[in-house]
Amino acid sequence: MSLTLQSRPAAPSSTEQSPARRNRFRSRVGALFVSPYVLFLLVVFAIPLVYTVWMSFHRFYFTAPGTDVDAPWVGLSNYKDVFTDPVVGQAFLNILIFLVINVPLTVGLSLVLAAALNAKMRGRAFFRAAFYLPYVTASVALVAVWQFLFGQDGFVNHLLGSHAPDPSWLVNTHLAMPMIAVFVTWKQLGFFVMLYLAALQNVGKELYEASAMDGAGKVRQFFSVTVPGVRPATTLVVIYAIITGANMFSEPYLLTGGGGPDHASTSPVLLMYQKGIEQGHPDVAAALGVVLIAFVMVVSLAARKLTERGN
Amino acid sequence: MSATTPAPGRRVGGKALRYVLLSLGAVVFLFPFYYMVVGSLRKVTAGDLSAAVPSGLTGANYAAINSTISLGRSLLNSGIMTIGVLICTLVFGVLAGYALAVLKFRGKGAVFGALLLVQMVPFQLLTLPLYVLVVRDYGLGDNYFGMILPFAINSTAVFLFRQFFSQMPQSLFEAARIDGASELRILWKIALPMAKPAILTALLLTFIGPWNEFLWPFLVTKNADMQPLAVSLASFLSNLQGTVANPAGALLAGACVLALPAVVLFLVFQRHFTSTDIDSATKG
Repeated sequence: MSLTLQSRPAAPSSTEQSPARRNRFRSRVGALFVSPYVLFLLVVFAIPLVYTVWMSFHRFYFTAPGTDVDAPWVGLSNYKDVFTDPVVGQAFLNILIFLVINVPLTVGLSLVLAAALNAKMRGRAFFRAAFYLPYVTASVALVAVWQFLFGQDGFVNHLLGSHAPDPSWLVNTHLAMPMIAVFVTWKQLGFFVMLYLAALQNVGKELYEASAMDGAGKVRQFFSVTVPGVRPATTLVVIYAIITGANMFSEPYLLTGGGGPDHASTSPVLLMYQKGIEQGHPDVAAALGVVLIAFVMVVSLAARKLTERGN
Repeated sequence: MSATTPAPGRRVGGKALRYVLLSLGAVVFLFPFYYMVVGSLRKVTAGDLSAAVPSGLTGANYAAINSTISLGRSLLNSGIMTIGVLICTLVFGVLAGYALAVLKFRGKGAVFGALLLVQMVPFQLLTLPLYVLVVRDYGLGDNYFGMILPFAINSTAVFLFRQFFSQMPQSLFEAARIDGASELRILWKIALPMAKPAILTALLLTFIGPWNEFLWPFLVTKNADMQPLAVSLASFLSNLQGTVANPAGALLAGACVLALPAVVLFLVFQRHFTSTDIDSATKG
């Protein structure tokens, strides 16, 4: 059974017969049932969102609970701080590097693995579990292993011998961000394999048969039937990757020791943490947050346009 | 090239290629886990190639990490945070899902729209204002309630419940209503017993979030006694490694303890992490 968004909310079948009074009562019950969730959405999403915009236009200080300190309006001053800081530019550039590596790797590898898994075969459950395992495991635990694998004196460098990069992977200006992109690809891949596996169910068998009649080989079929057939899933992968990139904190903070050498792997969220909490400028961090939200929206829209083109 | 009936040789070749590909993938995915377990059990955990071979096994690394960050206390904190989230998601999420699927009320469309929207809003982006509100304004730093609050109701789970309830035959609910049952009673006696698979899936999907979460509890907890395991392990990773004899081993031992509950749950309930569920959960 598949639970899909397409199914519209089923309307109760015979409300006309019930008295209006009962209907009114039920409507109150519905509002009552949903109210804790609405409260949650307000407290955790709506209020912080408004608050961050407000904060970004004021000079804001941290205060102890209950104390009232003036927060004067400063216009675009915090935004000026954000846009003139070269590290901010570096952090956004880092997300772009992340996306350029992560998106093609994720789409390519997960689609190939899903296509390979998409048949009745021995060991299917085992492979699915193996691919999915990193996805359910805590980043902090996996970062610990990767630090050990890719450290200066780590397993991978021992394998490579004299071919090992110098400086080593995680402390190398050119390799720190690509390492994070590869780590995240590896960790999330299983999720996207499952996503593509589900999407493959919706690609019509007759398309494969027809293309086989026309003399298309397996490789040709993959590119002219499978790839276009799962395009909506691909759009989702791309948008998900953008959100992941914009959200990144624990990987640059832990895997590359606080943002890598010369901010080579600093992410905007890590920067928000450093500016807002470590250096005590929550107003500048808020402005950075607003810029980041705008960035996510613009890039997501562009990605959606791009992947859905020609459909 | 005859395409309709591929030569038997080609078919076998394709099958072999399939297995080679998948096995290669499995090695890449599983090796770090293997390395984590073996490394956590070795007396000396160095990065050289011998570290991949189990020898001279010992539990000392687990004792070492336990003496540095107090595993029991950290696990308890992780557990309280996770169980708090699960309870809130189950109670309030089922109510909201039922209302969205079965009941009529003003603003229903808006609530459902908001549900779909928040799944697209990266939570981390709101961390800073949330931190100011929760820790500075409400004074909930180093407090379980503050740790739970941002995750309290999982929107993906609400969506899952809503989908499940709206696929049930609505005539069942209507019949109960005619018999005079209250909505809460209908939910409890009719809808919930049928929704067990959805509940299990939602719980499993919800579990990995708070259990694995790092940034939020890292911001909210300054007191080591309140930190969940992911946070205490991260602080060991960044500044406590010098305090033990075999730091890499101790770190990997901690990583094993953090990974174990989620991995075991996943393996036991694997069939509930099905592609259709993920598909429906992410289509929003």
